[in-house]
Amino acid sequence: MNLTLKIWRQKDASAKGQMVDYKVTDISEHMSFLEMMDVLNEQLVNSGEEPVAFDHDCREGICGMCSMYINGEAHGPDRGITTCQLHMRMFKDGDTITIEPFRAAAFPVIKDLVVDRMAFERIQQAGGYISVNTSGNTQDANSIPISKHAADEAMDAATCIGCGACVATCKNSSAMLFVGAKVSQYALLPQGQIEAADRVKNMVAQMDLEGFGNCTNTGACEVECPKGISLDNIARMNRELMKANL
Amino acid sequence: MALDSRVPKGPIKDKWTDYKNHINLVNPANKRHIDVIVVGTGLAGGSAAATLAELGYNVKAFAYQDSPRRAHSIAAQGGINAAKNYQGDGDSTYRLFYDTVKGGDYRSREANVYRLAEVSANIIDQCVAQGVPFARDYGGLLDNRSFGGVLVSRTFYAKGQTGQQLLLGAYSAMNRQIARGKIEMFNRHEMLDVVKVDGKARGIIARNLITGEIERHSAHAVVIATGGYGNVYFLSTNAMGSNATAAWKIHKKGAYFANPCYTQIHPTCIPRSGDYQSKLTLMSESLRNDGRIWVPKNIEDVKAIREGSKKPTDLSEDERDYYLERRYPAFGNLVPRDVASRAAKERCDAGYGVNATGEAVYLDFAAAIERYGKEQAKIHNIKNASAEKIYELGQAIVEAKYGNLFQMYEKIVDQNPYKTPMMIYPAVHYTMGGVWVDYNLMTTIPGCYCIGEANFSDHGANRLGASALMQGLADGYFVLPYTIGDYLADDIRTGKIPTDTPEFDEVEKEVKDRIDFFVNNKGTKSVDYFHKRLGKVMWDKVGMARNAQGLTEAMAEIKAIREEFWKEVKVPGSANEMNTELEKAGRVADFLELGELFAKDALVREESCGGHFREESAEESGPQKGEAKRNDKDFAFVSAWEYKGEPADAVLHKEELEFKDIELKQRSYK
Ligand SMILES: Cc1cc2nc3c(=O)[nH]c(=O)nc-3n(C[C@H](O)[C@H](O)[C@H](O)COP(=O)(O)OP(=O)(O)OC[C@H]3O[C@@H](n4cnc5c(N)ncnc54)[C@H](O)[C@@H]3O)c2cc1C
Ligand code: SF4
Ligand code: FES
Repeated sequence: MNLTLKIWRQKDASAKGQMVDYKVTDISEHMSFLEMMDVLNEQLVNSGEEPVAFDHDCREGICGMCSMYINGEAHGPDRGITTCQLHMRMFKDGDTITIEPFRAAAFPVIKDLVVDRMAFERIQQAGGYISVNTSGNTQDANSIPISKHAADEAMDAATCIGCGACVATCKNSSAMLFVGAKVSQYALLPQGQIEAADRVKNMVAQMDLEGFGNCTNTGACEVECPKGISLDNIARMNRELMKANL
Repeated sequence: MALDSRVPKGPIKDKWTDYKNHINLVNPANKRHIDVIVVGTGLAGGSAAATLAELGYNVKAFAYQDSPRRAHSIAAQGGINAAKNYQGDGDSTYRLFYDTVKGGDYRSREANVYRLAEVSANIIDQCVAQGVPFARDYGGLLDNRSFGGVLVSRTFYAKGQTGQQLLLGAYSAMNRQIARGKIEMFNRHEMLDVVKVDGKARGIIARNLITGEIERHSAHAVVIATGGYGNVYFLSTNAMGSNATAAWKIHKKGAYFANPCYTQIHPTCIPRSGDYQSKLTLMSESLRNDGRIWVPKNIEDVKAIREGSKKPTDLSEDERDYYLERRYPAFGNLVPRDVASRAAKERCDAGYGVNATGEAVYLDFAAAIERYGKEQAKIHNIKNASAEKIYELGQAIVEAKYGNLFQMYEKIVDQNPYKTPMMIYPAVHYTMGGVWVDYNLMTTIPGCYCIGEANFSDHGANRLGASALMQGLADGYFVLPYTIGDYLADDIRTGKIPTDTPEFDEVEKEVKDRIDFFVNNKGTKSVDYFHKRLGKVMWDKVGMARNAQGLTEAMAEIKAIREEFWKEVKVPGSANEMNTELEKAGRVADFLELGELFAKDALVREESCGGHFREESAEESGPQKGEAKRNDKDFAFVSAWEYKGEPADAVLHKEELEFKDIELKQRSYK
């Protein structure tokens, strides 16, 4: 395949960015999207230009780094995947592909396609944990029985990879799906109960402080989430918050 | 310098307890005056940072990713071992210890492995308390599965995302300490060298990957937890950024590097499909619990499948060669990884590979789906269930167990593994070698510790499945926090370590000079060009099977690539900004040295063991014909290499291994 790429280039956080056109040729449909980007970058390096900076690491859909906005969608046209899992078989010879960074006030651009997701870190630091001492003197694991159903549901919530696609795709740049997933995981488990009220209050407060917008129930986040985190988690977070404020 | 493993005296089952009873402790009030640097925040570094902070030390933690949650541990799929004996199938500390030593082909240190088995049960308790959602059975108790090389069910798991959940557990513990101000987290920072003062590790030089700024950080001790070096092969299951830089830099400053040639080649990865490929994807070994591995019996069928005139599902049971079940009846599809990998290679080398490149075998779930389907039909009291119904019921069970893995496979290969067998082939996965450490997990540099995959100590020549996660968390939560205290007890009056000293000046200058070299070199070739060439030499000559001639050639070829690299490498952009090519250049430069030492180590070890298969050393006859031939008389040692300039000049030190509690035996899985 031969493709035209329109890519956002921005030297650093303070520089003004712009879209730049590139051509790549001989792209195999078996390549992943990031491998196609590697081909472009190799080409740029060989001609002495700076390669396009983008975040990536595991390349198997689990680390949550490879944030890119492709043809107007977070992680591109396929469903339930990250950019590293997107394959070129989703595109056709001669296509023009637009590639931009995730855009949200709370995710400032660092360079090209790389954005700063530290806001997510600070939300987790505000309460996304159970305050247990890491001494190894905890009770035997089987003395906290948990129904399979609750464990499975907590696991589903816990699969969030912190990629930020939900934020990037939301017209309000809301982080509720992400925060809802974390709150839910602990709300569903007996271990998380004691701090439940403080946890949800603190995390939501931090979320607001970071400048994320509010949820207006559009549901775009759920559609774009690579891990299928469901809107139920937002509902559960809201319930937990109400309970906490009673 | 003589190698002292500092293994405590006394019976193996009391060593760790006795040791803990006799070490020096740091008074809680004094811990506030002590700083510890932890480089790497995967399972090992993350758990260590959280626990040290919990104890009261001031921790500075570093990771090259934008968050500790993205460390490569996140990718581990299958599970984590622990000797809990919840299943009542005969597990015990001793049995986990025995399986691990045997699985490692008797090349690990007994005392360390015993301690690992001993603390394993605590790990599960700790993680459950942190809210890690392990799989549960219907009674609400923890579920287990089995992994290669063992006969009990001791692997705890969270779907196919165990590493993710364990790491999120450690990460949440870290977040709690970050919020309390006890951990200062440096994301997007890369350690580029260690600084020694009076022979002791007292700090690091790191680069801020956003601004390019070179920073000095001091501490009373430095912990390296930077993961494995499998990316020396270019293609591996590791994350793209996984690297050896920190481990290699401390090696150059005096830490011995142990057993570099022990690399695990994992049998169940998605085969490679073309030259553009950037990495290989692992399919968890847990799949071998239910998947059966085979190739066609007849070479005509292989040809027909490759041409597309036959499908694997067209072949009947007796037209298939279930070669693992045939060769290893006791363990069948669950033989350890090195054995399964070599058996796949043997079949593919003989011409039975089932894909276009001839490098793939089948992993088939049809039998499991049918078996589970029938069981479900019974449970739900469905009489005379149709084949479709049975299939549907069985598929639901397989999906519940491995759904995300099947989805991952389908996304990459574009085939539905519920309908047609998966294709798999071995790929580089884990490095058992690493920085040499003593029983305290301290390297040969005083005050410099090394934990997790980055060290060498617990897995010998081969790592059994689900034991790397166990080791990372054991080191970080339960071992290092004790052993480091013993060392730091001497430092309560030292005070802050200043960074405006000649020692820091000097190392910072070395680091800066190297960066300046890269951005100013007027070369013509990209970093990847060299990395791929190195990877090819490594795979062809230092891969799954090795021989003296190939290894000698590899050493010369790697040296030549390295020389060309320093002349011809091209790094666009500048030093004072985010520059991903510059990051890669530094890492590949280190791989180009490590690769040569790796080959040298493999050359010296004239025996086959675990992940190191020397073609000259195979059993020639008897029931073990063709299997690895170990040589305990001459090679029951850890090779610990001392840096002397060129990798070819490295000096070998031997830590003789003692097996007092386990008898050295031929490792048979027949
Ligand atoms: C695909 C896959 C599946 C696996 N599945 C299993 C399994 O099921 N069970 C099992 O037991 N094991 C499994 N393993 C092995 C296991 O995941 C790893 O051995 C283990 O997670 C390594 O943990 P670690 O903490 O030592 O290193 P890592 O998790 O690799 O962490 C390395 C850390 O070091 C940092 N770092 C590296 N270099 C620098 C530097 N120079 N400066 C600053 N920071 C640096 C990184 O940012 C990161 O934080 C699997 C491995 C892979 C690749
Ligand atoms: S909720 Fe989904 S989209 Fe949002 S950060 Fe988590 S995984 Fe990504
Ligand atoms: S690179 Fe890790 S999720 Fe894509």
